[in-house]
Amino acid sequence: MSDFFTLTVLVAVVGSGVRLATPYLLAGLGETVGQKSGVLNLGIDGVMQLSAFSAYFVVLKTDNLMLGVLAGLAVGAVMGVFYGVITIVFKATQGISGIGIFIFGLGFSDLLFQRLVGTPKPIRQLPTIEIPFLSELPVVGEALFQHNPLTYVAFILVPVTILFLGKTTFGLNIRAVGENPHAADSLGVSVERTRYVAILIGNTMAGLAGVALVLELGIFQPNLTQGLGFIAVALVYFGSWRPSHVMAGALLYGLVNATVLQLKARNIIPLSFSELAAMAPAVLTIVALVILAQRVKGPAALTKPFIRH
Amino acid sequence: MLSKIVGSAVPVLAALAAFLVGAVMLLVLGASPLDGLKAILDGAFGSGERLAATAVKATPLILVGAGISIAFRARVINIGGEGQIIAGALLATVVALALPDLPSVVLIPLVLMGGAIGGTILGAIPGVLKAYASVNEILSTIMLNLVMVQFMNFLLRGPLIDPLEIAAGTRIPQTQRLSDNAALPTLVEGTRLHLGVVVAVVAAVIAYIVLWRMPLGFRLRAVGHSPEAARAAGINVERNITYALAISGMLGGLAGAILVFGSEGQRMITDGSAAGFTGAAGFNGIVAALFGGLHPLWTIPSAFLFGALLTGATQLQRVLQIPAALAVALNGLVVIFVISSARFRSYIQSIIEKRPSNRASEDLERPYSKIPGVDT
Repeated sequence: MSDFFTLTVLVAVVGSGVRLATPYLLAGLGETVGQKSGVLNLGIDGVMQLSAFSAYFVVLKTDNLMLGVLAGLAVGAVMGVFYGVITIVFKATQGISGIGIFIFGLGFSDLLFQRLVGTPKPIRQLPTIEIPFLSELPVVGEALFQHNPLTYVAFILVPVTILFLGKTTFGLNIRAVGENPHAADSLGVSVERTRYVAILIGNTMAGLAGVALVLELGIFQPNLTQGLGFIAVALVYFGSWRPSHVMAGALLYGLVNATVLQLKARNIIPLSFSELAAMAPAVLTIVALVILAQRVKGPAALTKPFIRH
Repeated sequence: MLSKIVGSAVPVLAALAAFLVGAVMLLVLGASPLDGLKAILDGAFGSGERLAATAVKATPLILVGAGISIAFRARVINIGGEGQIIAGALLATVVALALPDLPSVVLIPLVLMGGAIGGTILGAIPGVLKAYASVNEILSTIMLNLVMVQFMNFLLRGPLIDPLEIAAGTRIPQTQRLSDNAALPTLVEGTRLHLGVVVAVVAAVIAYIVLWRMPLGFRLRAVGHSPEAARAAGINVERNITYALAISGMLGGLAGAILVFGSEGQRMITDGSAAGFTGAAGFNGIVAALFGGLHPLWTIPSAFLFGALLTGATQLQRVLQIPAALAVALNGLVVIFVISSARFRSYIQSIIEKRPSNRASEDLERPYSKIPGVDT
C-alpha cells in the first residue's frame, strides 16, 4: 500500500482520472441539456457505441483523426434527429424507447464492425497536447495540462453549458420547457423545436463521448462502452442537473477507475479482486441515488411528452 | 371488437416495419432480403433440432418478458433482467455445488428455487429503493446489471472457478461441470428441448393467473392504475411496488437457473460481458414483452418469435456471412417502432370508438401510455 501514496503515483492517478472522466463528462453534459428540456435519453450508451465505431472506422480507413471526430459527431446528430422524431412526433415512452436505441446501437455497431472490419486493428490515438507554461508547473502540470484535445474540450464545455443554460435566451427556453411546457408554450416558445434542439445537442455530445472513448483506447470492440453511457445518465441525477456537479461526478468516476487500474497494475490488489473493484462505479451510483433521490428534484416535466390542451 | 383488432394490429404492423428496415439493412450489406428471410426461417424452423433450439432460446425471453409485464402493470420498469438472470444462475449454481448428490426429483426443484430466490433478491433491492427511497428503478436496475456482471466475473475467476482450470493452468472463467442430477431432463431425444421450456410456459401462465385472477394481481394493477386511488382503498402502495419488482426478478432468476441447467456445458461460463452468459435475454425479454402487449400470455408466442429470430440469425451468419448481431439491431428497432406506435394506436382506437382519446378508463388496458413518468 505504501508505494501507492507516492507523489508520482498520485499524479499519475489524477492525470489518468481526468482522462478517464472525459467520456462521462461529455455524455453527462449532453444528457443534462436534454433532461433540462424535459427529455430523458436512456439510449446514449447506444449512440456512443455507434459514434465510436464510425470514428474508429473513418480513422482506420483515412488515418485522419479530424475526419474521425466529425464522423462521430455526425452519427450522434443523426441519432438525435431519430430520437427527436421518436419522442416528439410519436411521443413514445422515453424510458423504453431509449432502451430500444441502446439495443439498436449495441447490435448495429457490432454488425458493422464484424462486417466491415472483422478483426480489431489498432488505430492512431489522439495526441497529447501540452499547454504552454501550465504543463510545466510542478505536479498540477502533469496531472491537468497534458491531455488530449477532447479532454480539454470536455472541461471547457462545462462553463459553456453553464452559461448556455443560465444566460442565453435559448438556454432559458430549454429550462422553461423542461419545467413547465404549457406556460412556455403560452408565452410563444415552441416546445417541440426547443426540445428537438436540446435532444440534438445531447446526442451529438454523446457521440463525441463515444469518439473520445475510442480514440483514447485506439481500438474498437463490440460493446465498447460497457455501460458507461448508463452511468452518464445516472450522473445527471447524481449531479442534480447542474453541469458543475456533473463534472464533479465525472471526475469522481474517473478517479475511482484510475485508482482501480493503478492498484491492479501495482499488484496491490490481487487480480481476481479487480472485478470486485470494478463494481465500484455502479455501486457508488446506487448509493448516490439513494442519498440524493429525496433531496433534489429534477425538471418537473422530465419524461412527459408535450400535448397541447 | 373492431377497435380491439386494430389495437392488436398496430404493434404487429410496427414490428413488420422494423423488419422491413432490417430487409433494407440486408440489401445494403449486399445480401438479398429474400435469401435472408429463407436463411432465418430455415435456421429457426428447418428441422426438429432447430425448432428445439428456437424453443430453448425463447425460454428465458418468456420468463423475463412475463416478469416485465407484471412490473409494467404496477407501473414500474424493470430493465434489470440481465442482473436478475445472473443472480439466479449464481445462486442455483451454489445450490448444485453444495448438494450435488441429491436425487434429481429433489435437486432440480431446489436449483430452480435457488434461481428464483436469487432473482427475487436482486429484484427486491430496486423495489425497496423505489418504494421507500424514491430511487428511479430504471437507473437502479441498470446499475445492478453492471454490478452483477462484475460479481459474476469475480466469482467465476476466483471462488467458483473449476479446480481443473487451476490445475491445468488455463484458468478459463467457468465453474466445474455441475451435478448431472440437477440437469433439466431432455423432452425429445436427440434435441436440446428440455424441461425448462415447460417451466417457463407454466410460469407465464401462473403470472397471468396471479395478475388477473388473484387479489395480489388486483392490488398490483390498482397501484399501476393510480397509486393515490389504491392508497385510498387501503392498499399498501410501497409494499406492492416492492412485490412487483421482486416477482419480476424472481422470473428472471428462474431463467438464470434454466440457462445453467439446460445448457450443454451444465455450468456457468463468462466471457467478461453479461450477454456472454445471458445471451442478452434480459434485454430481449423487453422486446418480447412489448411485442406481446405486456401481457404474460401473449409474451409466450412473442418470445417464440424473437427466439426464432435469434436462432435464425446464426444461420444467416453461416449461409450469408451476415453477422448475427443483425438480430440484436433488429430487436432494438422493434422496441423503438412498437413503443412509438402506442399513441398512434390509442388515437386510431379513439376514432373507431368515436370518443375522445386519452380517456382515463382506457388506460388500464393499455399500459404503454400509463407507465412511470408518462403524462397522466
